[in-house]
Amino acid sequence: MKRRTFTSLVAGLSMAAGMMGTTAMAQDDMRIALVVKALGIGFFEAAAEGANEAAAELGGVEIIYTGPTSTTAEGQIEVINSLIAQGVDAIAISANDPDAVVPALKRAMDRGITVISWDSGVAEEGRMMHLNPSSTPLIGNTILKLAADHMPDGGEVAILSATTTSTNQNAWIAAAEEVLPNYPGINLVATVYGDDLSDKSYREAQGLMQTYPDLGAIIAPTTVGILAACQAVSDAGKIGEINVTGLGLPSEMAGCVESGATKSFAIWNPIDLGYSATMIAHSLATGTDASGEISMGRMGTVTLDDTGSAAMADPFTYDSSNIDDFKDIF
Amino acid sequence: MNTRSIPDRLQSPLERKLKSWESLLLLVAIGIFVANSFASPYFLNAWNLSDATFNFTEKAMIAFAMALLIISGEIDLSVASIIALASTAMGAAAQVGIGTEGLVLIGLATGLVCGAFNGVLVTALGLPSIVVTIGTMSLFRGISFIILGDQAYRGYPSDFAFFGQGYVWWVISFEFVLFAIIAVIYGVFLHMTNFGRTVYAIGNNPTGALFSGIRVGRVKFILFLLTGLMSGIAAICLTSRLGSTRPSIATGWELEIVTMVVLGGVNILGGSGSIPGVVIAAFVMGLVTFGLGLLNVPGIVMSIVIGGLLISVIALPRLWTMWSAR
Repeated sequence: MKRRTFTSLVAGLSMAAGMMGTTAMAQDDMRIALVVKALGIGFFEAAAEGANEAAAELGGVEIIYTGPTSTTAEGQIEVINSLIAQGVDAIAISANDPDAVVPALKRAMDRGITVISWDSGVAEEGRMMHLNPSSTPLIGNTILKLAADHMPDGGEVAILSATTTSTNQNAWIAAAEEVLPNYPGINLVATVYGDDLSDKSYREAQGLMQTYPDLGAIIAPTTVGILAACQAVSDAGKIGEINVTGLGLPSEMAGCVESGATKSFAIWNPIDLGYSATMIAHSLATGTDASGEISMGRMGTVTLDDTGSAAMADPFTYDSSNIDDFKDIF
Repeated sequence: MNTRSIPDRLQSPLERKLKSWESLLLLVAIGIFVANSFASPYFLNAWNLSDATFNFTEKAMIAFAMALLIISGEIDLSVASIIALASTAMGAAAQVGIGTEGLVLIGLATGLVCGAFNGVLVTALGLPSIVVTIGTMSLFRGISFIILGDQAYRGYPSDFAFFGQGYVWWVISFEFVLFAIIAVIYGVFLHMTNFGRTVYAIGNNPTGALFSGIRVGRVKFILFLLTGLMSGIAAICLTSRLGSTRPSIATGWELEIVTMVVLGGVNILGGSGSIPGVVIAAFVMGLVTFGLGLLNVPGIVMSIVIGGLLISVIALPRLWTMWSAR
């Protein structure tokens, strides 16, 4: 008796759920999921803004902005599974791990979902294309140049990176090391990892200042690291001695530029990146051939190279002359 | 003649069963299932539910062994790091061309060795397990970071993928079957054997257990071995599912596993708890994260829900007793 009531309950539920399903399916909006490394990071919030801008421009597109709480591959796989279950039309992901998400994304593609990666890439077999915000050599050179510009007599610089497994940061640092001979007198003394956590990055920056008293610049190619390093330098009273530079968000870095702890920094525009990723995901999901030119709306077009990736634009330098124009945007 | 009988128990067995932690948790699980079915049109779909099980199966395998360990009054916080080390060992072996059987053996062996290391430190040296395993948590993962740095091991043999991506029948995944088998084994082991009774005895009163002739150290050592072994099995499944190894694999799982165990009604101070409780807790956590995921609820809200669930499931019975005792 008891069992029978339970069975009918379940049957009733599935019917109710089925009916809800039909109503949800009725609206034919294309759903594009913007999957980020973790929620609550300014850079990705700005990218989501760009994605929504693209959606408004395209019309009939719904953006699902989602990601795990902490930057883990396992968390992202859970998110991908739930997106597959919802049957979204496209997934645009900034991956925490280029390999671990591949099986899950392959499954998504098997079920007819368009998969692209942007910002932090996925291994080739796990996506249809990858959109780089800029090119790795250009970024590597830019972050080193930003430090060297304010060190005419040369000196010691150190790098404060994200995690040891961050694909982006490692590629940029490698590119920076490659062009190091072009900056005579600049000596890279250490690379440390703050794991993209504010407190750990702060401690690592403190450690750098203690270990290398003659340090002239800290280069942090991560938005979390550069802010933490700027705070550490300010707190240690070393503004003017140590220049903190790298990649940061104008809204977060405005105070640092004002105080002089940071003379200049660079970033591409995350709004443009989210916008372009959405535009590309939409094009591919509506049947555009990935081997030809792909439109990015107001950002122009891209053509994929032999690894199936493309670069969006050059990084942009921010300093006291233009920070006020950008700090309210992202 | 006026006879008065003294009851040999205050509640009938049925009443006790109904008021038990497991029944309360089962109600919560059913409630979540029903709520999810209404909240999302995608929830009641065999494939989607099958996908949802992957959110908890690997963690639950370790949670069973962890439950025994916590019932005995110890804890192992190094389990996620054992996964990292076992996965790294398997990855290194795969690079030199060792086949699937070899990889499985290496994964299990690494788990056992790590478990034995924890066990020796706790039982032979008498160190507190929470301190020992916080140490080995950094140690085991640290070794993985030294071996791999920012690199990854790929190129596992193609039949290795079966453990984490294979299906036994229709939507029933290999991992889910393994989870079910392990649950039954641990259920029988804890609730129907002498060894199981000794685990409770040790957790309730280690000194008393010792004077009753129970070899406390040996039992605890076996429990650490089992936890290591289960971490090795979880490492095989997770590595196979991801198809690659990085030293950051399974970061933060130790606390999720402990949460699962405590949510399952195991007393964190030792002495009580059951395997069915942990099984239901695994489903509850899996259903909550998957259900909220389908609604695209941000992960931080999921953490809040799990935290709130944990506190309320622990606090409600306590409040109930306080209220009914008034």
